[in-house]
Amino acid sequence: MLNRKVLSALGVLLGAAPAVAYDSSYNMPVGVTQIAREVHSLHMIVFWICVAIAVAVFGAMIYSIIAFRKSKGAVADTTMLHSTIVEVIWTTIPVLILVGMAVPAAKTLVRMDDTRNAELSIKITGYQWKWQYEYLGKGISFYSTLGAESNYARQLHSGIDPNTVKDYLLEVDHEVVVPVDTKVRLLLTANDVIHSWWVPDFAVKKDAIPGFINEAWFKSEKIGHYTGQCTELCGRDHGFMPIVVNVVSKEDFARWVADQQAAAKAAAEGAAPTATTATTIAPAASAAAAR
Amino acid sequence: MAHADTHAAHDHDHDHKPSGIGRWLFATNHKDIGTLYLLFALLMFFIGGAMALAIRAELYKPGLQFFDPGFYNSLLTSHALVMIFGAVMPAFVGLANWMIPLQIGAPDMALPRMNNYSFWILPFAFTLLLSSFFTAGGGPAGGWTLYPPLSLQAGDSFPLTIFAIHMMGASSIMGAINVIVTIMNMRAPGMTLLKLPLFCWTWLITAYLLIAVMPVLAGAVTMLLTDHYFGTSFFNPAGGGDPVMFQHIFWFFGHPEVYILILPAFGIVSEIIPTFARKPLFGYDAMVYATASIAFLSFIVWAHHMFTVGMPLAGEMFFMLSTMLIAIPTGVKVFNWTATMWKGSMTFEPPMLFALAFLFLFTIGGFSGLMLAIAPADFQYQDTYFVVAHFHYVLVPGAVFAIMAAVYYWLPKWTGHMYNMRLANWHFWVSTVSVNVLFFPQHFLGLAGMPRRIPDYSTQFTDWNMVSSVGGFVFGFSQILFVILIWQCVRGGAKATDKVWDGLSHGLEWTVPSPAPYHSFDTPPEVH
Ligand SMILES: [Cu+2]
Repeated sequence: MLNRKVLSALGVLLGAAPAVAYDSSYNMPVGVTQIAREVHSLHMIVFWICVAIAVAVFGAMIYSIIAFRKSKGAVADTTMLHSTIVEVIWTTIPVLILVGMAVPAAKTLVRMDDTRNAELSIKITGYQWKWQYEYLGKGISFYSTLGAESNYARQLHSGIDPNTVKDYLLEVDHEVVVPVDTKVRLLLTANDVIHSWWVPDFAVKKDAIPGFINEAWFKSEKIGHYTGQCTELCGRDHGFMPIVVNVVSKEDFARWVADQQAAAKAAAEGAAPTATTATTIAPAASAAAAR
Repeated sequence: MAHADTHAAHDHDHDHKPSGIGRWLFATNHKDIGTLYLLFALLMFFIGGAMALAIRAELYKPGLQFFDPGFYNSLLTSHALVMIFGAVMPAFVGLANWMIPLQIGAPDMALPRMNNYSFWILPFAFTLLLSSFFTAGGGPAGGWTLYPPLSLQAGDSFPLTIFAIHMMGASSIMGAINVIVTIMNMRAPGMTLLKLPLFCWTWLITAYLLIAVMPVLAGAVTMLLTDHYFGTSFFNPAGGGDPVMFQHIFWFFGHPEVYILILPAFGIVSEIIPTFARKPLFGYDAMVYATASIAFLSFIVWAHHMFTVGMPLAGEMFFMLSTMLIAIPTGVKVFNWTATMWKGSMTFEPPMLFALAFLFLFTIGGFSGLMLAIAPADFQYQDTYFVVAHFHYVLVPGAVFAIMAAVYYWLPKWTGHMYNMRLANWHFWVSTVSVNVLFFPQHFLGLAGMPRRIPDYSTQFTDWNMVSSVGGFVFGFSQILFVILIWQCVRGGAKATDKVWDGLSHGLEWTVPSPAPYHSFDTPPEVH
């Protein structure tokens, strides 16, 4: 297992095995959105440009080390110690390469910034150490915390082998459910400290900052489970507040929304006093935390 | 040895070299203070390194093995503060103290008493910082970047950390003032600025960066302090403050700080490569201008550390493009070093080996830096192990290897003895192989989705973490060879000549005896 990965990684390093470059154990995932694909190809383009420059520059260095060594009788040629033309050349060529990189990068950046015409808006609030998801205009709201099995296993001296836990540290009690082929807008904020919401397959990473509302969006083209983690150090359990997004068909999503709304309604009718207390307690608790 | 002693005694009979502990406590001699700085940096390198090994031990496999996550956060926070402010920066100041007077033909640094204070602040600062581990709530755990509101949640470690940072900042500013005053006023006759050795040039520019940004850091942490204890709301949104403003202020310090940690390394490599390629530095003027451009650009790129905070599009565009520009002067430097080796006559003594490793491995860090500049891609890299790999490549086989190259280059001049070349070669090869085993896999971890600053990880990241930890332990323990070698060299060894190296002898430091006399130059040498 380890050997195979090391070998194929060496293959990638040598540029010999582009086919395995998509194995997600050592490269960025291609992702399931248009933006993620663009980001992945930007990443690969810049990577290969770096490889090409490295071949040229390291090649010149290695050639010098081999060819111009005193032990082989090399005598230093001290006649040329500076050359304006050479300096201009090796300033201009990088400028051109950088412009070549900047243009597609800027285009992608503009597209990522465009959160207009979203069909679904979800407000995400980071807490120490969980996420809250509120589906705006749908009356759905829930917290999402680390799954119980992972939570048992991750305790110090738990005696549980993490390898026996399915999706260790990447499973939650309540997954975010979104429809496929739908532009989903995210509104991110936090209640205590700064967190950051990241799902690599969507190429979305945005900080959730108390007092601010940040925007991001994604449009998944593929049904499936996509995982991510908090990526801004947020205290003791920063490593234990994963994100799981379940992308379902539009029909399944409509059914899920109806179920959630029915459940919320039942809960509100059945336990109205509890629900009210819960909402009034939340701001008080957060004010206490802020003190 | 005996000859050198009589020579020194004869030339400098007015020297009253203090003896005993007083020589170090009340040191005003640039060499003694340089030695103190270097030994302090070495000690901190091992303390910070022990923390790093504790981190790598915890990350060897998934699941929590040894530490509570809160303590793990303290480890990673202190590791960074100790390595940056305790190891790399003092090591560079130590080298500046030793070498700047020797390189510019001055008897000593311009402000010897301030030099003493600036060193002796440091042991107190780090005692304060490290003692915070024993306070209620443990050591600082909010990351060395101290982002509020998280950093404001700290317990009693908080004021200790802040005061320690204030003291480190004061020490750095004093050191920087000394470097500037010395270089500007005490150069030997005939040494115009464009004849200054590159190590002095890069340090001069570094010193200006320090003076410009250390007060900014001091201001930022003072605002944190008043937010915590005096009810202000600079960064507290509940009181109308802005947590993102801290990040802007911090990185306005933080990005020039990155160059404070690497520009002197550029200077060292620019000294060593010509010596062992037996060819003067190619494009000296271009090297000076490139250093100055990097320093200038360092002030206008800070927000690339915070692409994910939700800046306006125009801001992201600006910081992406300005950051990409840094590749140009950095590239010029790498090309000029390569051109220096081209058609040279190279030998591979330990300083040259470390300088060459720097050249290759720093460049790898440069490439990942260029990738990180691409804002849309940075959204995927930000706060993952890809970033960890990037900055460790520029700081360990970058800055730290350059410091080691400098020690191997100048140690015979300092002690008057040659060191054990065989041991130095072993140290080089074990370090160079293991540092790559340690940090290269972290690129893969980051790209595959492992966030940084987590004590535990999902099982698909196991393999590369194991490889990285093994590399970390080999690298860490191989540094003991370095200590043994320095110890042996201080104690004795073959007598070093004035010139020390069979190479292109450039610079005034090679015109004085080895070990260098207590007062480097009593009569200024003439430079043509
Ligand atoms: Cu978090």
